Amino acid sequence: MPPTDTTSPADPLPERAADGTPGKPPTRVPCGIKFEKVVKRFGDNVVLDHLNFEVAAGERVTLIGPSGSGKTTILRLLMTLEHPDGGIIRVGDDPLWHMERGGKLVKANERHLHEMRKRIGMVFQQFNLFPNMNVLRNLTEGPVHVLGLGKDEAVERARGLLDMIGLADKEDAHPTQLSGGQQQRVAIARALAMEPTVLLLDEVTSALDPELVVGVQDLLRDIAANTDVTMLCVTHEMGFAKDISNRVLMFDQGRIVEEGTPEAIFEDPEEDRTREFLSAILAT
Amino acid sequence: MSEVLNSYPQLLRGAWLTIQITLYAAAFALVLAMVFGLLGTARSRLLRAVNRVYVEFFRGIAALVLLYWFFYALPLLGLRFTPLAAAVLAIGLNYGAYGAEVVRGSVNAVPRAQWEAACAINFTPLQRLRRVLLPQAFALMLPPFGNLFIELMKATAGVSLVGIADLTFRAKQIQASTGQTAATFVVILVMYFVIAQALQVLVRLAERRSDRVLGRRLPTRPAPIAATTGEVVSP
Repeated sequence: MPPTDTTSPADPLPERAADGTPGKPPTRVPCGIKFEKVVKRFGDNVVLDHLNFEVAAGERVTLIGPSGSGKTTILRLLMTLEHPDGGIIRVGDDPLWHMERGGKLVKANERHLHEMRKRIGMVFQQFNLFPNMNVLRNLTEGPVHVLGLGKDEAVERARGLLDMIGLADKEDAHPTQLSGGQQQRVAIARALAMEPTVLLLDEVTSALDPELVVGVQDLLRDIAANTDVTMLCVTHEMGFAKDISNRVLMFDQGRIVEEGTPEAIFEDPEEDRTREFLSAILAT
Repeated sequence: MSEVLNSYPQLLRGAWLTIQITLYAAAFALVLAMVFGLLGTARSRLLRAVNRVYVEFFRGIAALVLLYWFFYALPLLGLRFTPLAAAVLAIGLNYGAYGAEVVRGSVNAVPRAQWEAACAINFTPLQRLRRVLLPQAFALMLPPFGNLFIELMKATAGVSLVGIADLTFRAKQIQASTGQTAATFVVILVMYFVIAQALQVLVRLAERRSDRVLGRRLPTRPAPIAATTGEVVSP
């Protein structure tokens, strides 16, 4: 069964309030995520070991854990940047890396992956803006060439998002002319311009100077508060994780060691490994 | 020297033919370089093998030997070319192989993060290449392409050996008729140098344009602050 797109790509976005102030960032019907016995290996190193977990539609989940515990790999599998070595990943009701053919799940082709990626957006640690495009083109290329929006509509959408992130005067700027914080806000807007139903955030503030972190975190808090997009966030910023998450998953060696509400995990963890990790984070 | 300089119409005709062969062969080599270079970045082993066969075969053969083939050997097999076409094919095939390696290396040198970001935007593989990877790889290609362009121009001197009346051929005619060896070759040395500089200027202009596209020649943030007044200086 081919994956179904949940909304029309032509929805204008973001909506603006009657007084002209930027409105809510884009939202589509959110999708849940399900990992079923997912295995990922890099050579002999088993990064994810028959991992099972589920994220409900619209839920905000933060993944924490030491380096190499598989958090970023989960996001990269969801963004189709890495292949799983086993198991099934579902986004919405549809398998991401497989497609149904004759009642069986077979390996997905590029067309299926292209359809599934429409539901997912990702923001990277190092921003990864396209240096051969100015800010506006970074925001309009995807909507025009992938979603099929008209240029004027894509520009209107981009300008709305630039308003929302407080960079309306930077549309002609080149990424090299922006600070790290501004680049990251543009990268978030670029992801939102594609109207994802699932937003993946991979340590989005860890490459920023401390004084620039707040602006990016505030933007993400706004998005979490004003949209129902499903968010999966890898971060070491515990305060930020508390603010935006409904649930925290603690990973170690490719397995979930503990999960719970942010309050439960950060204030009263049950597992020694979680306590150990949190004290190491607080000590840095 | 004056006798040599008086032969300037011949020299200019020779120089014009050298420039024509250079431009046609460079254009042909560029097309081959892009096609076979991109095949070298493909996921398919078969396509990568096609790249290897082309590169190794034509890089491993001297341009002059290829020229002899197009002039003397292939006509025996029924394949005949005009002198200009033979020169362009031989030189283009040879330098296209070097260029293909430049294209392959440059596309592979674009940070993988850019490919990932293009994938996250849901560009198709062709869109990733066209809209993100190639524009950035092009900036990396330009300096080695500049070298190859000048190398190719110098290699055109070999066509004089098969009777094409390029700059070197004309110089040999003038040297034979005037007997002024040193003066003749000083003049064409300068002429080759001037042509090379003109080509270099073209490449530099392309590099500047590419730098602008990639934001390497833009005022950077923050704006400079005047030391005395503390005011922000507009760029």
